[in-house]
This record gives sequence, structure tokens and C-alpha cells, in this order.
Amino acid sequence: MTLDTVKNAEQTPEAEQPWSELGLKADEYAKIREILGRRPTGAELAMYSVMWSEHCSYKSSKVHLKQFGEKKPDSDAMLVGIGENAGVVDVGQGYAVTFKVESHNHPSYIEPYQGAATGIGGIVRDILAMGARPVAVMDPLRFGAADHPDTRRVLPGIVAGIGGYGNCLGLPNIGGEVVFDSCYQGNPLVNALCVGVMKHEDIHLAQASGTGNKVILYGARTGGDGIGGVSVLASETFDATGPAKRPAVQVGDPFQEKLLIESTLEIFAEKLVLGIQDLGGAGLSCATSELASAGSGGMRIELDTVPLRDNTLSPEEILMSESQERMCAIVEPGKVARFLEICEKWDVIATVIGEVTEGERLEIFWHGELVVDVPPRSVAHDGPTYNRPYARPSWQDALQADAPTAERLLRPSTGEELKAALLAVAGSPNQASKSWITDQYDRYVIGNTVLATPEDSGMIRIDEETNLGVSVATDGNGRFTKLDPYTGAQLALAEAYRNVAAGGAKPLAVSDCLNFGSPEDPDVMWQFAEATRGLADACLVLGTPVTGGNVSLYNQTGDTAIHPTPVVAVLGVIDDVTRRTPIGFAEEGQLVYLLGDTADELGGSAWSQVAHNHLGGLPPKVDLERERLLGDILIAASRDGMIDAAHDLSDGGLAQALVESCLKGGNGARLIVPTGLDPFVFLFSESAGRAIVSIPRSEELRFNDMCGARGLPATRIGVVDGDSLEIQGQFTVSLAELTDAHTGVIEALLA
Amino acid sequence: MTTRVGVVTFPGSLDDRDAQRAVRLAGAEPVALWHRDKDLHQVDAVVLPGGFSYGDYLRCGAISRFSPVMDTIIEQAKLGMPVLGICNGFQVLCESHLLPGALTRNDSLHFVCRDQKLRIENAETAWTRDYSAGQEIVVPLKNGEGRFVADGHVLDQLEAEGRIVARYLDVNPNGSYRDIAGITNAAGNVVGLMPHPEHAVEPLTGPSTEGLGFFTSVLKQLVNA
Repeated sequence: MTLDTVKNAEQTPEAEQPWSELGLKADEYAKIREILGRRPTGAELAMYSVMWSEHCSYKSSKVHLKQFGEKKPDSDAMLVGIGENAGVVDVGQGYAVTFKVESHNHPSYIEPYQGAATGIGGIVRDILAMGARPVAVMDPLRFGAADHPDTRRVLPGIVAGIGGYGNCLGLPNIGGEVVFDSCYQGNPLVNALCVGVMKHEDIHLAQASGTGNKVILYGARTGGDGIGGVSVLASETFDATGPAKRPAVQVGDPFQEKLLIESTLEIFAEKLVLGIQDLGGAGLSCATSELASAGSGGMRIELDTVPLRDNTLSPEEILMSESQERMCAIVEPGKVARFLEICEKWDVIATVIGEVTEGERLEIFWHGELVVDVPPRSVAHDGPTYNRPYARPSWQDALQADAPTAERLLRPSTGEELKAALLAVAGSPNQASKSWITDQYDRYVIGNTVLATPEDSGMIRIDEETNLGVSVATDGNGRFTKLDPYTGAQLALAEAYRNVAAGGAKPLAVSDCLNFGSPEDPDVMWQFAEATRGLADACLVLGTPVTGGNVSLYNQTGDTAIHPTPVVAVLGVIDDVTRRTPIGFAEEGQLVYLLGDTADELGGSAWSQVAHNHLGGLPPKVDLERERLLGDILIAASRDGMIDAAHDLSDGGLAQALVESCLKGGNGARLIVPTGLDPFVFLFSESAGRAIVSIPRSEELRFNDMCGARGLPATRIGVVDGDSLEIQGQFTVSLAELTDAHTGVIEALLA
Repeated sequence: MTTRVGVVTFPGSLDDRDAQRAVRLAGAEPVALWHRDKDLHQVDAVVLPGGFSYGDYLRCGAISRFSPVMDTIIEQAKLGMPVLGICNGFQVLCESHLLPGALTRNDSLHFVCRDQKLRIENAETAWTRDYSAGQEIVVPLKNGEGRFVADGHVLDQLEAEGRIVARYLDVNPNGSYRDIAGITNAAGNVVGLMPHPEHAVEPLTGPSTEGLGFFTSVLKQLVNA
């Protein structure tokens, strides 16, 4: 096996290289040759190929993602924006919070347990790398049809992987989503979110500066897992008789990650690092080039000092390996000894692998021979940019014309029919209780969980003395987004914003995970362009900047893409978590109010899916000013003790919200259909900008005055009472019947 | 003088800070103990917290049992020091042979996290004096390997000697023999419990505050001793 050194590359300019197999285009390969003034070495080619991949370089999406910066609302809360491992938001009292949602879709389809487990591991290290202690995780998940045989393979593995990894880290899992739709059959969406907390002065950035400072790699040994495309290079160019394919999915070790968290936090506490980066996608290639690119000066790495799990790995493979549970830190020489001591305390392997240099090159040596000599920025930040063609799909008009009007889709009209529809929606896999899944996650650990699923948002206390807390909700609706990507993305933001406000927290910032099909399909690219435009516009109106996130493309099977699925996470702050508002109707005799306006909006609704398996028409309209007003009212009412329960109205409309609030609180409710409203529309419309609240009678006047003064429609629709849900003049359904319909559904299909 | 209750941190311990909080809310001083340190730093009692010590590799609790700190704890427990093992801590106590039986994989084969109703069967141990026998409480339960198993004659002996501290009510969440949620040694100073009382000490974050009794019980025991 010949080592392809820089010298060798200079002497053999015409050597054949497997750039195409590594996913590079001819012009990209030519660009690399131009940057270097020679052909790349094998190791350099490997680095460029992974760093210029869609996943790392955002080459198809970045022209659209720019809007999140260009249309960024003025916000005093932003401390660190897009471009770092995760954004950081000021939540007051000297605290900063970092959060981010990411995808691990493709690995989770191939190997559900490890794919999902390492998805958690990666996002937790991103949060840790900002200097924060991770305090909670959430998992927005989307699967194929609940009754499809492959869902039985994929879902239990993914759920066990999330539990197996997350539970072992000691991070409460406080929310997320579980959605079933046949469009995700060959492409489940496994998104993972992590929240971390730190003091302002503890924020760390991924940069390498100061000549002579040491580069320390610590955590797990580097193995041959997660190498993916580079095995092409390793086996075809250098050693045709070697192992053909290294496994492309990484294997996680949560115990190692837990030690990494604790040792890193101790290292931060003693202020021992100048810059830090986790090793995720593209492994050492990414960490070294990004650290060097963001700092001043160059970097020199002795690659043969990297601790290995498999000593047959080539330099290319070591650079590409995505072995989990590794971090890279920049440390002043005088602090190296203490750094290593803390790692030893936690049984974490730590090795000085290089140092920051005076030059401007990233130089990587293998047993004394130079195998990489590149300008780091060209690898990390100067990847290609594509302006992919996009066009409104030819089928979009027909889809939108297929509206679920009363003439086209039979609607329930009698009391019995309405009751049957309510039970059918409440018992459908998408609306049924997800406790079989979420009970496999630890929601109690750390002892600061104030709200967790099935509440509207997850809420964590971050200061035990002052009761300061943060809350997060994630939402997305692929059906709405398919009908109208611009509006669908805005509805996802509106729903997450509403969910955070319903819990009593003030929404501050956004992270997004944009799950779409192939960017090479102009239809998909149009969906992407529209969704990002919609989201950026809406963030500007709501005053919640996008702080970071992730794009996942190529989610399709053959020519069929998934529904465009932007998942939006909103982070909020609450000054006093004891004022939080849960969803359950806990007090008999309290009044139930419906806030907002209800229109005949059934396009993309849960009812249209459950009753008719229909998707057509337009999604509900978005009124962002109304969303903001509703949010303000919910937050004020919570702070001033005017409401005891609040639940946002979304999938399944009022009917589903009532079922959930009654079952959670263990109380029934008696309701009257407001005059002028069709009972079916009242119960099943999914008009946005709405919530239900329960109000102690003593607060009714004050609450009404507030809504009246601010111009928010508030309609008294009933009272919390008894042990059944009654829609007067229509039907009565007992809590026992509701429980029967709503629970046990997922386990019957999947357990 | 404030009572000092040690909480051991093994690599992979997760509920150590929660146990410290519960000790503090009960009115004692929590003292962090490190697995590599044999010294118990003059504590009056010890809690082995929940988690996945040493990654639960080999067998839950099997490696922790050989930690330097455990040598001293085993020695002191035999001399009467109150020791409470919660979840993973219970597993460590069984592996240490301070308690009989073993904890195996849940019969559902899934990790389960739920609010669990228990009945306190023995209110005379060092850790349950603040309860009354037959009292029903709700505390969180969260485990993947919480199924208590033992030979028939061991189970009979535990029953006969009143050494079953708590039993699951309504639902047996993991298939534990005879619905056993916790047991004690013959002296009543060592208690192993699969559910998590330290997660039921504040109305804000727990399903109840009915777990606090375990931590207040030991204070009374020590003051009276």
C-alpha cells in the first residue's frame, strides 16, 4: 500500500482518482485541483469530498437559507447566531440557552437503533461544544403508515435507540412528535433536538487561535465505522485486496458520551479550552478544517497519534471516520496537563494530536510525511454553491382545487355521526396517545422537568432558586406543507409558537430541521424555496430569529419525495415556572373558553385523513399578528393566574384538544356549540391561531376584559364537569369510552 | 449538627444530583462521594443513586460493586450504617450481596417510565419510618432491568421476615416476582428500591411529594440512634 503524499501528488499529476465515486462532480474536482495547484492527495480528496457533500456544505440549500440572516428580526436575545455548532439565546439572569434540531433520517432507516441513538449523541455534542450543560432532548419522528409491516421494523428500533442512548446520558426526553403517513414509508424522519444551559461568560466557539496552542482529541478511539463513501477510495485506489466496505452507520456508546459530557463540563469550569468542536459528520476532516478556518493561523496535525480501535485504518479513513463520542479542543500549552488529568479522572482517552501554527495552511502528517496541505477555509467554508432550478409543480393547482368541501367529502351531521368521528380521530394513530413510545424515555432525570409530553411544550427549570425556566415545542405538518409550502412552513412555526405560549413561556427563538426530497427535482426545490421563504417571513413578523438548524435532502424513494416537512422548534423563556399552564382540565366548575376565530378550514386536516384518506385543497390561513396576540394573552393570563389550563388547537381541531384536556385532567366537560357555527366545523376545523383555556369563575371578568381590550375573540363554550364530554344537543361520550379509543392504539399496532 | 448523607457518583450515575437534592430538602447535608475514593468523609448514611454505572456493561451493577468506595460501604453497611440503593443502586446492592436476589430485564423487554403506585409494606426500616405500614404512595419508576427475581425459598423468607419494603400496586411494571418493588436486609439498615423516591420530592417536578419520606426517615433514625 503506497502512501499518497503531497510530494507524490505533485510528481504524478495524471494519476486516476475516484472523485466520481466519492460523489464529486467533474467541475468540483477541477476546482479542487485549481485551489491546490496540483491534484489532491487521497487524503485531501477524501476531505474535500465529505466537506463539499450536500450534508456538510449545504450547497443546494444555502442560497435559500441566506434569508434567515437577511430577514432576521431585531432581537436582543441572540448571543450567537447561525454558523456555529448551535445558536445561543439570552434568557436573562445571566443565563444563556442553546438549542438545535438535527436530522438523522437516512442512517435510522438502514439501522434504526444505532441510527436514532447516534442522532441523539450528535446533537448533544453540538450543544456541549457551545459550553453548555445539556438539560433535555426531544424527538420529532415521522414514520410510514402505522399498519405497514416495515413500520414495525423501523419504529420500535428507533424508539429503543432514542431511549437506550438518551436514558443512559441522563437527559430527560420532554417532547417531540410522532406522525404516521405513507409518504415516509421508505424515508422515516428521525429528528433530534437538544437544549443546553450555560452562563453568558461560558459560551465557547469552534475556533483555533494562538500559535503553539495544542490540539487535543479526546473521547472514544477512532474506528472504521461511519466511513461511508471513503471506503471507495481506500479499497479501490490503494488496496484493492483490503476489506471492501466499511459499515456506513456509526455505532454509539452512550456511556462514553456521558463521560465525555462530565469531563468536558469540568474542563469548561476550569476554563481550560480556547476553542472546541465536536466530531460528527465528516469526523476529523470537519473538526480540524472548521477549527482552523474559523481561527487565525494554521494547524499541524500528526495523524498517526490518533488513538485507533483498528490499527489497519488508512490516513484517509481516519480523516473520514465518523466514530462517535469524540471532541477536539484547542488548549494553551500550560493547561494541557490539567486537561489530561481531568480526562483521566473520567477514564476518557485524550491525546495531543497537533498544534496551531503560524502559517495559513492545514497540514496533516502521517508518520512524518505530509499527506494534506490545504487552505482550511477552502475545505470548510468555500464549498460549491448551486442555484438549483425550481418551478411550481404542474400538479399543484389540481391538488389545491381538490378542496374538502361538504359537497365533495361527506361530513358527519347527526350527533351519533359526530361522536363516531370524534372517536375515530382520537383513536387514529396520529392522534392517539403516544405513551407506549414516550414511556420508553426517562422524563424525570435531573429533577427539573416541569412539563413533558403530552403537554403542549416541554418545560425545564434552569434555576432552582429563582424558578427561571425554558420551554421548547417542535411542530411540523407535511400535509399542510404539501398543499402550500409557503403557508405550511408558517403554520409549523405558528403552532410551535402557540404551544410554547400555551405553557406560559415567551417565545424567543427558532431552530429548524428542513426535511425534503431531492434538490435535483425542480418540484422539490420549489417546495424548499417556498418553505424557507415562508418561514423566514414569519420569523420576521413574530420576532423569533432562526438560530440554526439542519437541512436533510434526498428524502425520497425512487421518484417519489416525502411530503415537504419543515420541522420548527421554538424556544421560550418563563420567569417563574410555578406559573406554567398545563393542558389538563383539573378543576371541576371552571369555565372553558375558545380563543380565536373558527372558519370552515378542513384542507389537510386530521379529519380529512382519518375519514376519507384525503389530501387536497388549501391549508388553514395564517394570521401571524393574531398568533402573536393569542400568545401575549396566554402568557399574561398564565403570569397573572387567570387560567388553570390551556391547550393549543391544531391537528384534529377542538375535538382532539377537548379529548386530551379531559383525559389529562381526569374531568369531563359540557359544551355548547356557539350560535352561527356548524357543529362539525366547530369540532373539526383546524383554523390556526386558536386555543382553549379553563378559567376559574372568579377570573372570568378580568380575563374577558383583557381579551376585549386587546381585541382577541374569546367565546365561552362550556364548563369543566362530570366524567363525560358532552356537546349539548349533539352527543355525550364518557371518559371511559374516550380512554378506550385514545389509548392502546400504538401498542396494538406495533408492540 | 447536621446529618451528612453521602451520595455516590459512579461513572454513568445519572440521578446523583437528584438524590442530593432530596437529601437537602429532607433537611440533611448531601455529601458527594466519588467511586474511586474509599473514604466516606464522615457521612452518617449513604445513597447509591440511579443510572447506568459503568454503562451497565457486563451486568447492571456488576462492575460498580468492585469500586473502591464500595469496599468501605459494604463494610459499614454490615456494621449498621443506613444504605439506600435506588434503581441502579439496588442492582449494585444485590451484586454486592448486601441484599438477596437479582434484577433482570423487564418482562415487556422495554424500558418503562411511569408514575407508579406502591404500598409500603415495612415501615420499620431505616429508610421507611416516616411511612405507615400499608400506606400507598405514587413515585416515578424508570428502568429497563427492574424485574426482581429470587428463588422461591428466598422469596418466602423475605415474606416471613417482613423484609419486603414496598410492592407495586395496580400494575406490575416489570414482572417482578410477587410484585416486589423494594426489599431490606435482616437488620433493616440496607434498603433497595427500584422506583425513584428522589423524583417525588417537589410538587413542581414530581407526580407527588410522597418520596420525601425515605429521606426524612433516615434523619430520624440517625437522630434517635
